[in-house]
Amino acid sequence: MDCLFNEQQIMVRDLARKIAQEKIKPVAAHYDETEEFAWPIMKILSDSDLFGVYIPEAYGGLGGGITEMCLVTEELSKACGGIALGFAGTGLGTFPILLYGSEEQKKKYLPDIAKGKRLAAFCITEAEAGSDAGGIKTNAKKDGDYYILNGTKQWITNAGEAEVYTVIAMTDKAKGARGASAFIVEKGTKGMEFGLKEKKMGIRASATREVIFTDCKIPKENLISKEGMGFIVAMKTFDNSRPGVAAQAVGIAQGALDVAIDYARKRIQFGQPISSFQAIQHMLADMGTQVEAARALVYATARMVDAGIKDVARDSAMSKLFAGDMAMKVTTDAVQILGGYGFMRDYPVEKFMRDAKITQIYEGTNQIQRNVIAAHLIKESLKASK
Amino acid sequence: MDDSKIKIITEKCTGCTLCVRICPFGAIKVENKKAIIDLSKCNLCGACVDSCKFTAIVLDKGSVAKKDLSAYKDVWVFCEQKKGVIQTISFELLGEGKKLADKLGGKLCAVLLGENIESKVDEVAWRGADKVYLVDDARLKNYQDDSYTKVLVELVKEYKPEVILCGATVMGRSLISRVAITIDAGLTADCTGLDIDPKERLLLQTRPAFGGNIMATIITPNHRPQMSTVRHKVMKEPELDKSHKAEVIKKKYNDNILSSRTKIIDIVEEIEETINLSEADIIVSGGRGLGSPENFSQIKELAKVLGAAVGASRATVDAGWIPYSHQVGQTGKTVCPKLYIACGISGQIQHLIGMQSSKVILAINKDPDAPIFKVATYGIVGDIFEVIPALTKEFKKILKK
Amino acid sequence: MNIIVCIKQVPNTTDVKIDPVKNTLIREGVESIINPFDTYAIEEAVRLKERFTGKVTVVTMGPPQAENALKEAISLGCDEGILVSDRKFAGSDTWATSYTLACAIKKIGAFDIILCGKQASDGDTAQVGPGISTHLDVPQVTYVKKIEEIKDNLARVERMTEEGYDIVETPIPCLFTVVKEINTPRLPSLKGMMRAKSAKIIQWTAADINADPKNIGLDGSPTRVVKIFTPAPRKGGEILKGDTADVAKQVGTLLKDIII
Repeated sequence: MDCLFNEQQIMVRDLARKIAQEKIKPVAAHYDETEEFAWPIMKILSDSDLFGVYIPEAYGGLGGGITEMCLVTEELSKACGGIALGFAGTGLGTFPILLYGSEEQKKKYLPDIAKGKRLAAFCITEAEAGSDAGGIKTNAKKDGDYYILNGTKQWITNAGEAEVYTVIAMTDKAKGARGASAFIVEKGTKGMEFGLKEKKMGIRASATREVIFTDCKIPKENLISKEGMGFIVAMKTFDNSRPGVAAQAVGIAQGALDVAIDYARKRIQFGQPISSFQAIQHMLADMGTQVEAARALVYATARMVDAGIKDVARDSAMSKLFAGDMAMKVTTDAVQILGGYGFMRDYPVEKFMRDAKITQIYEGTNQIQRNVIAAHLIKESLKASK
Repeated sequence: MDDSKIKIITEKCTGCTLCVRICPFGAIKVENKKAIIDLSKCNLCGACVDSCKFTAIVLDKGSVAKKDLSAYKDVWVFCEQKKGVIQTISFELLGEGKKLADKLGGKLCAVLLGENIESKVDEVAWRGADKVYLVDDARLKNYQDDSYTKVLVELVKEYKPEVILCGATVMGRSLISRVAITIDAGLTADCTGLDIDPKERLLLQTRPAFGGNIMATIITPNHRPQMSTVRHKVMKEPELDKSHKAEVIKKKYNDNILSSRTKIIDIVEEIEETINLSEADIIVSGGRGLGSPENFSQIKELAKVLGAAVGASRATVDAGWIPYSHQVGQTGKTVCPKLYIACGISGQIQHLIGMQSSKVILAINKDPDAPIFKVATYGIVGDIFEVIPALTKEFKKILKK
Repeated sequence: MNIIVCIKQVPNTTDVKIDPVKNTLIREGVESIINPFDTYAIEEAVRLKERFTGKVTVVTMGPPQAENALKEAISLGCDEGILVSDRKFAGSDTWATSYTLACAIKKIGAFDIILCGKQASDGDTAQVGPGISTHLDVPQVTYVKKIEEIKDNLARVERMTEEGYDIVETPIPCLFTVVKEINTPRLPSLKGMMRAKSAKIIQWTAADINADPKNIGLDGSPTRVVKIFTPAPRKGGEILKGDTADVAKQVGTLLKDIII
């Protein structure tokens, strides 16, 4: 796919690949086992300027876009989908500022994020508001020059580790979806606390916690855009970030496929490498084809976003849906190819399989993605037939 | 203008590609059945000239008027001492130096620099030195680049040796490089083979390059002395002859010669490294197969039983399981002990480079296809955690420990 | 602080393979890299710059394609790259190489510290660093594993020895050769890579550095290679068979003479 990327994008990808293969791969199992947050790797990513690839040059970034962000996420995920989330989760937390933030907000937060000095996190999910974001209970009450936040956000990626949080809270419950607003909350603000680190099935190197607001007072300058824009901010954020989740899925699948091919070439049964058996060959062929198809869709969507096309919701959902389902299938098949070894934790494929599962779930389950896609298809057809 | 020193005689070249294969620098290719030399890659080593069956390659090796070198005689060995103890490498060199001196019809001389080291004269005489150049001074107690270089340069200028040998040690490599530049002499590093061309009185110095993948024989045609640093454990220590006496030439030098710009503040010996890797006769090395840093204790125990040094692969050092000083391989130490026991080391090329000249290699690995078995004298395919304790027990029995 | 780093472009030994039939080196497709030991010198130079401010100049002698090594050094934080390249340098041994680099350094001008890797991975001589310091008549410390402090024109460093290390003090300007233990080199940064892409590499010939023709290339090299050969490859030996206890016994018998 080299011909589809420009020189800078290839440079970004190659550097991310080098870091992933040389620095992340050797420690991936360790962080999966211990569930520690991989700060040493975050430092390497920051020293290499990778946190700034999608941030404009004016704010200290490299001036790239979603394509660069996806390239980095994919490469890091080939080594560890959990560690990659330190990067991708920061992107998710940054998009509200990048897309809707005021000039002051951008100047204040983006340079540090671009340098990797501060990680970011996005807080929307709550115990009773998962796929149904309308169920959000966290509220923000205007009080003079401040907003007072109360409520609990759940399963927040990078929570506790990040310094900058973008939070969706209700400013006017009565208005429903139109009553939500987006805020920036800095770590250390009084009234902001973190819950215990969640114990997860996969992406265990990423930090997932509750974020609890109790009379948390933030200056009114921290409101992103206007009151009532919260859901629009969130939906646009997801439109931009979903290709990133899809790229994570592609990376995880590719990582598992690489191990499976290598293993199939070396594993001798019945006096020959198992890669010489057609049963294995066909599995590998299907896996490779699916990975490439997903990758093509992901980068096509990324290029649409970077080209400034306004409504990418349908394609964004399609790439996340396809790549997530693909990753689950490919990693499961990789475990199958490694047989008993694949089931053992000494080999990395079972981890890829555990890591893949989340890509079907978060940032909108793949069932929700189908809803979105279907709604768009039907709407388009209606328009065409008018 | 073609000013290159190497040329292909196109009329003679048949395009046979023999030269292409021999060139260690990948500088030759054949196009239209004629060899072409890429001069930006060519190192003028002349390997292709010798390989060509059609004498189609000519190399102008420079025709500087031959100097009269007859004033230079004798073979010198720079004897390295630390805390007044002569290092074993120096004894090995005396053994080899004797053979060279005999072939050249000269004397074997030792150079001894240090403080209160006159008592060590016998040790080198018993190992064959006919003459000892002794400079005993408090300022030479510990090795310093400046003072040692200047003293050795003065000695060479005054007594004109034909050959100087020195250990390829930290001290030797630092010192001899400076001496060679100062006196405009040729120096070959890290030799593993030495011989004499008696007709031309040339020292034939053979050394590995590209991590031992190729060997080069190097001469110094027109400069004297001919200087080499030599690897540890390659040459044999001579038999002791306590009746052999040496003539002692004591020299004193002034402050100018003995002064040094650098100053040693402290000498720190690290306890972990009880046995010096490059001096060890036996090395037991551990690799990633050990699984965790704690398991190095098994390697250490086996090493202890054998009186061996502990080595390690790069992966274990990078993972922080054991200090860098134990690393064997390209970015670590190059060793050639009598016995190298590789435990759980797969045998990456970088590691093999550092140990493949060991005399006997015993490899233990669970993977029968591990590259280490390609260089091992003896291989054991099995679980290191079963094999190592069994070997430790067996060796204990043999050594009656 | 003006720091000069001398580097060499070498073939990546990880890629070097031996043709099993002809027993010769296969050089095709072998990637060229910065000598691994020089990467520690580059990193240390950049760290010194970060500690004391100043400029890092990286210099190499080699063919035109060695420019890539200099660009990589710039992407890692060096400020300027100088390629000393001339067909007249062909056939240089360590004497002529260190002379040539010393001439280039004289042309660069005032410096405080020269850093070199302890040796190059293709030649393994460890002679060029000390050679440069001798040609320039500056003090040297070889095998440096730590630069403790630099103050009042004095540097205090740790020199690795076979037994441990020496703490050595030296006046600057001086030359250090460094070992792997001194640091962990950073990876390039995107901004560094972009700077490297647009960086102009300075090119000097033998005439530019006022090198005496008698002292460079083959003419300036006291040593001559007379023969190059590939050593007989070490043959894979015997795989010992049997259960663990049995194998241990066999080893005991085979190695008895060595271990006693």
